[in-house]
Amino acid sequence: MKQVLGFLSGALGMLVFATVMLVLMPTLFIEGDPVVSLPPDVLRGREQYIGLGCVYCHSQQPRAVSVSPADEAWGWGKPEDPSFYAGQEPHLLGTMRTGPDLLHIADRQPSRQWHLVHLFNPREVVGESIMPSYPFLFKVVAEASDRSVTLPDGRHIEPTPDGEDLLAYILSLKGD
Amino acid sequence: MVVEFETLYSGTVSSIPILLIICFGASVVALIGLVWAISARQFQMGPGAATVIFEEGEQGHQVDPIRPYGVEAKERQALDQSCRRASLYLICSSVLWLLVGSAAGLVASLKFHQPELLVEQAWLTFGRLRPFHLNIVAYGWSSMAGMGVALWLMPRLLRTPLVGERYAVWGAHLWNLGVFLGGASLLSGVTQGLEWLEFPWPVDILLATAGAMVGVPLLLTLKHRRVNHLYVSTWYIGAALLWFPFLFVISNVPGVFSGIPLAAVNWWFAHNVLGLWLTPLGLAAAYYFIPKVLGVPIHSYQLSLLGFWSLALFYSQAGIHHLIGGPVPRWLVAISVVHSVSMFIPVIAVAVNHHFTILGHFQAVRKSPTLRFVVVGAMTYTLVSFQGSIEAVPSFNHIVHFTHYTVAHAHLGVYGFMSMIMFGSFYFVIPRLTGREWPYRGWVEAHFWLVFLGLTVYVVSMSVAGWLQGQALLNADGTFLDSLRVTTAYLPWRSVGGGLMTAGHAVFAIHLVLLLSGSEVKA
Repeated sequence: MKQVLGFLSGALGMLVFATVMLVLMPTLFIEGDPVVSLPPDVLRGREQYIGLGCVYCHSQQPRAVSVSPADEAWGWGKPEDPSFYAGQEPHLLGTMRTGPDLLHIADRQPSRQWHLVHLFNPREVVGESIMPSYPFLFKVVAEASDRSVTLPDGRHIEPTPDGEDLLAYILSLKGD
Repeated sequence: MVVEFETLYSGTVSSIPILLIICFGASVVALIGLVWAISARQFQMGPGAATVIFEEGEQGHQVDPIRPYGVEAKERQALDQSCRRASLYLICSSVLWLLVGSAAGLVASLKFHQPELLVEQAWLTFGRLRPFHLNIVAYGWSSMAGMGVALWLMPRLLRTPLVGERYAVWGAHLWNLGVFLGGASLLSGVTQGLEWLEFPWPVDILLATAGAMVGVPLLLTLKHRRVNHLYVSTWYIGAALLWFPFLFVISNVPGVFSGIPLAAVNWWFAHNVLGLWLTPLGLAAAYYFIPKVLGVPIHSYQLSLLGFWSLALFYSQAGIHHLIGGPVPRWLVAISVVHSVSMFIPVIAVAVNHHFTILGHFQAVRKSPTLRFVVVGAMTYTLVSFQGSIEAVPSFNHIVHFTHYTVAHAHLGVYGFMSMIMFGSFYFVIPRLTGREWPYRGWVEAHFWLVFLGLTVYVVSMSVAGWLQGQALLNADGTFLDSLRVTTAYLPWRSVGGGLMTAGHAVFAIHLVLLLSGSEVKA
């Protein structure tokens, strides 16, 4: 090849074509429902979920029975339409299932108690879990209160505001 | 079938005709391009094209990989000196980021089997170390290494001293700053939350500016070139320099994309940052060093043309295979599956060229550190690309999606292919930039075997673990915990593999410091 300009425009043209197919087409043709406004604590909790990198182990896209029979059998729910995710930035579809799918986690585990203990130390409730503990989302308190939970060893823990937000987000993840 | 038909069309009624019109238009444009290329004699290579990397008398002589120059023509020294500061600076920076990135990766790996390790601080939690590792090795290590080698290659490929080196030096400063700020922001939890696009947009502006500044001398040199034929490595470098900013800027503009289209943009970018940025930089180096060190031209120069253009066409549309089985329109996934499988074409073209050139020269591969790393990298490229095409086939993808298998595949690509080729290039480039020899042959051996064994342990253990995990994730009779249980025996082996690679990096980094602090060899 000798013509630099012809070559460079050809190379760029290929990528522009790919951009039309994979970026422009989806943006134009995937319709979305109007964005539902989430309560402020749920929104802040979503930011915690993003900032702590939960997406690196948890997907939010149950698979259809035709793809995997397990998802629905395990109570992860049915797949949602593309329009369900409209307005999400970033999307939290995830690519890894070191932990289970969380799109409908609050349907199968709605307990505030359970989630708080689990976040403080997952192995208190799921012995084999390899999920990290999040002690920095809690403080140990002397007296039990309506916001605190009691661990098996008798200590009382209370979520920090960040922890409370994350919990609100987790408990908002349910089908209709 | 009725169901499938409806899914195909639901919500996207008008997209199918438009898709057809676009494809028709594209094929017409491509045909015109082909007619032009033939009439402009773009395909007529002649014997000159493949041998443009040799000076008179160099062909037929193997270049001693470590000792600077030897049989190489003297005029090369001036070319190498023209990019000395920028190239060496980028390379040394990349090695520093490699150490940081591999340490972070190793800690993240340890957490899989020691979940209570370093949990007290938010910045050390797995969900922050993992993206930190990825971004540091992608933008700090691989990209800077690739740019450093590209800056050194271009003057040689074009037989023209690098024009405007200082722009690249400033670009490298900015790039370092960007990677540092980006890494710090990820550890503090400030992230765009998209895999491969985690750096916040102010950092992206820094990186985009920095990349453009590194690109300036390459384009200026291209403009002032003294050769008629552009060697295949030049195409790859030139195109990569064009593709990366295009990808990077479009995918990082905040507030434009959201929801499923954002997921499409996410994986369009993430796959292309490998395919249209790191891969061309790696292939450019392989296309140079294999024939250069052996002293024989590449097997088939025409084939490399096919390899280049089919890579540009197919790789650029492969990314959505990361969303197979997800809430994504079928036509979108179908486009990417077809193109992913078509990747066999460019990969075979490159494989024939690289492997057939090596055939009959295995003694040289053993002797030359450059060749050894580069040839292992080129072989891995063939392997990992075939694997990638197969992984995109939906029935296979349903098993390995969401598992460690994909993680193993990513490491086989970015490490086994890209990093190995970069190491091999460094062994050739650094002595020529500094006029100093690598002090200890044994350290090169140690470096090679540590990273080679480490990678093997990593990829084998994670592939097996991922495969078992994927089977368990499809088994409705089991539980989710079964998919974890089947992997636990393998998870420590990832740390063993990662530990070996990290040790190899330390050996290499110390060796580099010894070289830099040593004395110059008399030419």
